[in-house]
Amino acid sequence: MNSRIETASRAPAPGASRVGPKHVLGLFLVLLAAAPLVLPDFYVTLLNYIGLSALVALGLVLLTGVGGLTSFGQAAFVGLGAYTTAWLTTSQELPGWLAAIGSSPWLALIAGLVLTALVAIILGSVTLKLSGHFLPLGTMAWGISLYFLFGNMEFLGGHGGLSGIPALKLFGFELIENRHYYYLVWAFVLLGLFTTRNLLDSREGRAIRALKGGMVMAEAMGVDTSRARMVIFVIAALQACAAGWLYAHLQRFVNPTPFGLHIGIEYLFMAVVGGAGQVWGALVGAGVITVLKQWLQDILPKVFGSAGNFEVIVFGVMMVIVLQRARDGLWPLLAKIVPVREAPRVIDASAQPLDKKPQPPMGEMILEAKNVTRKFGGLVANNNMSLSVKAGEILALIGPNGAGKSTMFNQLSGVDTPTSGEVLFRGKPVAGHQSREIAGLGMSRTFQHVRLLPKMTVLENVAIGAHLRGSKGVLPAAWRLDRVEEARLMREAAIQVERVGLGEFMHTEAGSLALGQQRILEIARALCSDPCLLLLDEPAAGLRFKEKQALTELLRRLKSEGMAVLIVEHDMDFVMSLVDRVVVMEFGEKIAEGLPEEIQKDPAVLEAYLGGV
Amino acid sequence: MDAEIIAMLGQDGVTNGAIYALLALALVLVFAVTRVIFIPQGEFLAWGALTMAALEGGHLPTTVWLLAGLGVLALGVDLFSATGRRTIGRSVLWNLAYPLALAGLLWVLPLAELSTWARVIVTLAIVVPMGPMLYRVAFQPVAEAPVLVLLIISVAVHLAMVGFGLLAFGPEGSRTTPFSEAQLELGTLMVGGHTLVVILASLVLIVGLYLFFDRTLYGKALRATAINRNGARLMGISPALAGRLTFFLAAVIGVLSGVLVAPLTTIYYDSGFLIGLKGFVAAIIGGLASYPLAAAGAILVGLLESFSSFWASAFKDVIVFTLIIPVLMWRSLTSHHVEEEE
Repeated sequence: MNSRIETASRAPAPGASRVGPKHVLGLFLVLLAAAPLVLPDFYVTLLNYIGLSALVALGLVLLTGVGGLTSFGQAAFVGLGAYTTAWLTTSQELPGWLAAIGSSPWLALIAGLVLTALVAIILGSVTLKLSGHFLPLGTMAWGISLYFLFGNMEFLGGHGGLSGIPALKLFGFELIENRHYYYLVWAFVLLGLFTTRNLLDSREGRAIRALKGGMVMAEAMGVDTSRARMVIFVIAALQACAAGWLYAHLQRFVNPTPFGLHIGIEYLFMAVVGGAGQVWGALVGAGVITVLKQWLQDILPKVFGSAGNFEVIVFGVMMVIVLQRARDGLWPLLAKIVPVREAPRVIDASAQPLDKKPQPPMGEMILEAKNVTRKFGGLVANNNMSLSVKAGEILALIGPNGAGKSTMFNQLSGVDTPTSGEVLFRGKPVAGHQSREIAGLGMSRTFQHVRLLPKMTVLENVAIGAHLRGSKGVLPAAWRLDRVEEARLMREAAIQVERVGLGEFMHTEAGSLALGQQRILEIARALCSDPCLLLLDEPAAGLRFKEKQALTELLRRLKSEGMAVLIVEHDMDFVMSLVDRVVVMEFGEKIAEGLPEEIQKDPAVLEAYLGGV
Repeated sequence: MDAEIIAMLGQDGVTNGAIYALLALALVLVFAVTRVIFIPQGEFLAWGALTMAALEGGHLPTTVWLLAGLGVLALGVDLFSATGRRTIGRSVLWNLAYPLALAGLLWVLPLAELSTWARVIVTLAIVVPMGPMLYRVAFQPVAEAPVLVLLIISVAVHLAMVGFGLLAFGPEGSRTTPFSEAQLELGTLMVGGHTLVVILASLVLIVGLYLFFDRTLYGKALRATAINRNGARLMGISPALAGRLTFFLAAVIGVLSGVLVAPLTTIYYDSGFLIGLKGFVAAIIGGLASYPLAAAGAILVGLLESFSSFWASAFKDVIVFTLIIPVLMWRSLTSHHVEEEE
């Protein structure tokens, strides 16, 4: 079975063409550059609008497709960008410093971006900590509010809008013709596309990709998930704002209509129809919806005879069908037609190793839980639990199902907060702290129910563990200034993958591994964070005999290097042959503690496991 | 502003608030049981109001044809995924026979001469069945999808319904005659008879819902589904049935709110959305989970709206929707640990 996966992951599939991603990209860029030279004016204008929509949809791809959040208020951010520049560049009665900004549309763009970022941060800070559906509802309300504000503000021209917006000048050249403006629009789109793509393939990008379905895991690996959510929300808002600025100087006129809630919904449709998971989906979606809308507005009134909003019916129905039948959108279907092969990531073995924290000396007290109690209403899941682990020691926490072992793990690792009691990690109290803070101190864990990102490769999954060992943020990632650090992170991840024996699956999708291997992957991910304490929740479940032996060997080696290990496990042969001490739990309480041999003879333990014998 | 104006605005606010409260209850109910954030709730209100108006004008309401069309769709979906002959039989009965029978009945009924109560019943009979049909067609096939996907579908359904609303009712708005023209004098305050009808009807509905959830087996089944979908399913409660029942209740509430609101203000094909969203603001005040908080939030929204329409009428919607920000801020400050989204 191993060899099958191996061949699948390494050898190119038979019949796959030699088309690389670079060829397709090159062709696309040539076509894009040539379009305005050959197409009639109508199509150039259409492409301009597709570009503007794509820029907005791109933000939603990041937000919705990748991050699992969504916003119906993107049109309002477009409006914010458009109105900021419209007002600054046309108003005659501005105070001195504002007039100075208004003297150049480019300064007005910066002003718009700053304003948008501020609004997005305020909106984000009130909704992003709540569960996912509050953001869309909040943005819906904000979209409506802003629309009415635009329409009722005297100085913004009310529902009539603002006109006489100056044309853009680039190096003294006025961009008045659509054909010329086209290049500016698509320069923005491509810039957005490539920076987004770069971002997703980086340390911050992996954290962002973990937001959808991997938040608890990401926090345990030290990722600040609320910050990551905020980052993508602000990026999406800024891209929308830039689109608004382009729109204002293209139309030379703004009114509230294109910034209403229904347009905001349309942008979301673009992202979903195109394929919200990939950056190229934004282009496809924007193209399909813009052209379709144009066509429907042309054709439907002729069919039905009267003026009406028929295209919304088609859009609505289409949307329901897409989400029911092809939730990943059109892009994956298109991508199948042109079989482009992504080359596996190259790991630079010569990259400088990551810095390691000094390991605490053998025998130092690492983790101490004192009288930890956790109640869920009337249920006492942990009662007065105490345990301790020293550097270079393996402690097992065992007990029948439902004894409260995993709850205890959650108390120790900051996923949950004890009702009372104390947890000391290297002498510092950590009970009630966020799990990412505790991760930063050097505690790393695996989960009983495997938590990994099935669509990412084994290597990338493991690299998330090293999140706190890198520091390059969003901007360096977007501009590829993080490559030195990225190579170091990847090297470290690759070392850990090899170390746990998953080397042959390095570039395989993590979701395609067997359950036992996924558990091992979690150990590699935990090791990647350079911990001094490992919390392993049932690591041997689902492993075969040979794999268990390898795991025993790995844990013994870690122990000899001074690692402290706390392990929850049901496999008694595995536990008794491996660990130094055992703590036994039943009904949330500790019933025994001691050496493996003592525990095996303890009457209370025998009673708990076998009933009164 | 004197006491009389305050009393008048207060009365207005409470009346509208009572309707928002009904909508908020329906939204909380639908979300709790099916995890759908039910944006089209407002469309049921508008369709109810406009159907009532059509009946009052003595016309055959075009919603009958929408009902028939949606029924055919629902039947199609059932046929496509059906398992048993009994299911098909029931589906034909409800999705095909019922709309046609109703259309036939309306054809022969002297619509212009119906009493108010008969009109309410006919309106309910036409619009309410669309609730479960809608669930069958749009939501049941993806019942296990993440909240976000359900939300986007919900918005898509809303868009399509607004489009169909324009097709069915045209761009003109309608207003119906109040249920009661009486004026009661309470001290110096004049209370309109219709105001009392609205408040009373809302109270009756809320008490009715309470009894339904507290005393009946189906009500308890819905509550069980809301608390633990898988657990309820293991106990033999069909999630599809729970979904359809919930949408049925939501449609009843929506249509009744529409019937109640129609004499208060002119309703257009697209009015439902904004009214529904105000119900949402109320539901969000209750965290999409608490019925009493949502109802209190609704009264607050109603009062805020009527007072801000007095002081700054152009900005009344801005003020109401901005209320959501401090509410969310408060919720956000009181919530802690990171949890996985479904």
